[in-house]
Amino acid sequence: MSRIAQRFADLAEQGRKGLIPYFTAGDPNPELTVPLMHQLVAAGADLIELGVPFSDPMAEGPVIQAACERALAHHVALHDVLDYVREFRKTDAATPVILMGYLNPVEVMGYEAFARRAAEAGVDGVLIVDMPPEEGYEPVKLFQAAGLDLIFLAAPTSNAARLKKIAGLSSGFVYYVSLKGVTGAATLDVDAVAEKLAEVRTYIKLPVGVGFGIKSADDAARIAKIADAVVVGSAIVKRIAEHQQDPQAVLSSVAELVESMRQAMDGKT
Amino acid sequence: MLTAKPETVQDWGEFPDERGHFGPYGGMFVAETLMEPLEELRQAYAALSKDADFQAAFDLDLACYVGRPSPLYFAQRWSERLGGARIYLKREDLNHTGAHKINNTIGQALLARHMGKTRIIAETGAGQHGVASATVAARMGLECVVYMGEEDIQRQAPNVYRMKLLGADVVPVTSGSRTLKDALNEAMRDWVTNVDNTFYIIGTVAGPHPYPQLVRDFQSVIGREARRQILEQAGRLPDALVACVGGGSNAIGLFYPFLNDASVQLYGVEAAGEGLASGRHAAPLCAGQPGVLHGNRTYLMEDADGQIIPTHSVSAGLDYPGVGPEHAWLKDTHRANYVAVTDTEALQGFHALTRTEGIIPALESSHALAYVEKLAPQLDAEQIIIVNLSGRGDKDINTIAALEGISL
Repeated sequence: MSRIAQRFADLAEQGRKGLIPYFTAGDPNPELTVPLMHQLVAAGADLIELGVPFSDPMAEGPVIQAACERALAHHVALHDVLDYVREFRKTDAATPVILMGYLNPVEVMGYEAFARRAAEAGVDGVLIVDMPPEEGYEPVKLFQAAGLDLIFLAAPTSNAARLKKIAGLSSGFVYYVSLKGVTGAATLDVDAVAEKLAEVRTYIKLPVGVGFGIKSADDAARIAKIADAVVVGSAIVKRIAEHQQDPQAVLSSVAELVESMRQAMDGKT
Repeated sequence: MLTAKPETVQDWGEFPDERGHFGPYGGMFVAETLMEPLEELRQAYAALSKDADFQAAFDLDLACYVGRPSPLYFAQRWSERLGGARIYLKREDLNHTGAHKINNTIGQALLARHMGKTRIIAETGAGQHGVASATVAARMGLECVVYMGEEDIQRQAPNVYRMKLLGADVVPVTSGSRTLKDALNEAMRDWVTNVDNTFYIIGTVAGPHPYPQLVRDFQSVIGREARRQILEQAGRLPDALVACVGGGSNAIGLFYPFLNDASVQLYGVEAAGEGLASGRHAAPLCAGQPGVLHGNRTYLMEDADGQIIPTHSVSAGLDYPGVGPEHAWLKDTHRANYVAVTDTEALQGFHALTRTEGIIPALESSHALAYVEKLAPQLDAEQIIIVNLSGRGDKDINTIAALEGISL
C-alpha cells in the first residue's frame, strides 16, 4: 500500500478528514522550504502538496503566480525540489508528499528519470496540472512502475465519460477542483461542490480531495463534511507573501492558519 | 519520438490526428476544467467545417468585409534589383485591419456565435490580433476583452487605442515577462473562469487542440488563393514559399495548400533578434528544444530546468517563445525549412520593399522579406518565390523612427 493510500486508510479508520496544505517550493526562499514542511505537519497536515515553480503557471491565480516568481528568483528547479523532499524524509517517514506542477520541467528532465529520482527522494504522488488523462497514458505507466501515485484533477466540467477516464488512471486520491477558475478564486459554492461530488463518487472510488477557493477555517470545515480531504493553497501562500522578510513569522502565521483549519475540521471550535 | 518521415507521409492533409497530434507535437495539455469545453469546441468546429451554410457565410465575410481575395502582386522592380527569382507578394497587408489576422477572427467569431457565446477574449502581442478580435466583436455586438502584456502596451500604443475605439477592454498583463506569452496565460485564466459564456479567440496556430487545426483552416484561404493566382498568372507552381513565423499562422496559412506539392520549397523565417548566438532572439525552431507550453507540445525557448525564457525581437508579433505544433512537425520531417533573420536584416528588408515597390511592410513580414533578399539571388530568373506580405507597416513607423533616432 502506498504512503498516500495508507494515510487515507488511517484517516477513514479514525473518522477524520485529511488536510492537505500547499505551498510553492522555494518560496519565499529555498532555506525555509523544509522547515515549513515540518511546521505544516506539526500544525495538523496529513499530506503535503509541494508546488514545483514554473514560469507559466496557467491554472494559478495571482497569489500562486507571485509565489512561482519568488521561487524562480532563487532559480529553484525541479531537481532542487526533489532535494527538499529528500531532506524532509530524513526526519519524517510517514507524511505523504505530492508534487504539484506543470509538465514542461518534467518533460525536460525526462519522464523516466523524473519518476525514478522522485521516488528515490521520497515523493509519493505527482499531480501535473496540464497533463489530463488523454496525455497521461504513457507517463502514468512510468510513474506507476516507479511506485508513484498519479493524482488527476476532476472539475465541475468533467462529465461522466471524463470521470471514467480519470478513474481509470488515478491512484492515491483524486483532486476535485471546486470551481471553474484559477487557484485562489473567491467563488466557492459548497452546495454546488456537494452536488457534483455525488456524481464524481459514482465513478471514482478513490478518496476525493477538494481544493481551489478554500480560504478560512470555516470553508475547510464545510468542505470536510463532504470530501475526504481539504486542499488549501492560496490562503497559505498569501501568509507566506505577507511575511516573506521574516522566516519566523512565516512559520508561525502559516501554522496558525493550518491549526485553525485542523480544529474546525475536527469539530473542535 | 519521431513517428513519421517525409517519404512516409503520403497526405499532409491527414494531420492532426483525432486528438490533435502532429507526430509527437500538438495535443491537449490543459487543466481538466478546460477539457470538456475544448471537446465542445472540437465538435462544433467538426460539424461546421463540413456545413455548406457556415462556409458560405465565412466566404461572404472574407469577400465583402475583409476584401478578399487579396492580390498576388509581381514585385518586378524588387525582383530585378535582387537579380534572381521572380518574386510575388501575397498582399495580406491589404486586408481590412491591415494583416492576415482578420481571416481567423472572422472564422472564430462565426463559431462563437454558433455556440451561443456572448463574450470573446483574445491575447495579443503587436496588437494586430487584438484589433482583429475587437473588430469582429464590434461588428457582431459581442463583449470583447483583450489581454496584452504591459510592455507591449507601451510599444504598440496606436493599436491599443484602436482596440479601445472598437469598444474592447484592453487588460494590461503584469505577470511574468509582461509580453505575449503572459497575455496568453492570462487569457486562459479568464477562459477557465468564464467558460460558460466566453469564447477564446486564439490568434495563432498554437494552443490546445483544436486551435492549431481550426486557425490553420481559417488561414489556409491565403494559400488556396495564392496557388490559384500563381497558376493563372505564371502558369506554374512556385519554387519557394517564404513567410515569417512567430506562432506561425500566416506561414501555415500560405504553406498548407502546397504541402502535397513536393516541388515547392517552404521557408519559415523566425526572428533572430540580436543574433542566434546572442541568446536574445525568438527562434524556437532554429535554436530551441521540444517541450510543453500553452496546451501543446512544440519547440520552445527554455532553459535547462524547463522554465520558459524571455524572448527578444524588434517585432512584437514575433516575440513569442513557442511556435505552432504543425511547424514543429514540418521541421522534424524536413518538409519545411526554418531559418532566422536578425532585427537589423529585417529593417533592411523593410526599407528595401518600401523604396523599390512603394509598399510599407509590417516588421513581422519584413523578416520574410529579408530572407527573400538572401534566397532570390541564389535562384535563376525562371524561378518563382511567393512571399507572404502578412501585414502593413503603419503600426510600426514609430518603432522604426525611434530605432533610427528620428523624432516624429
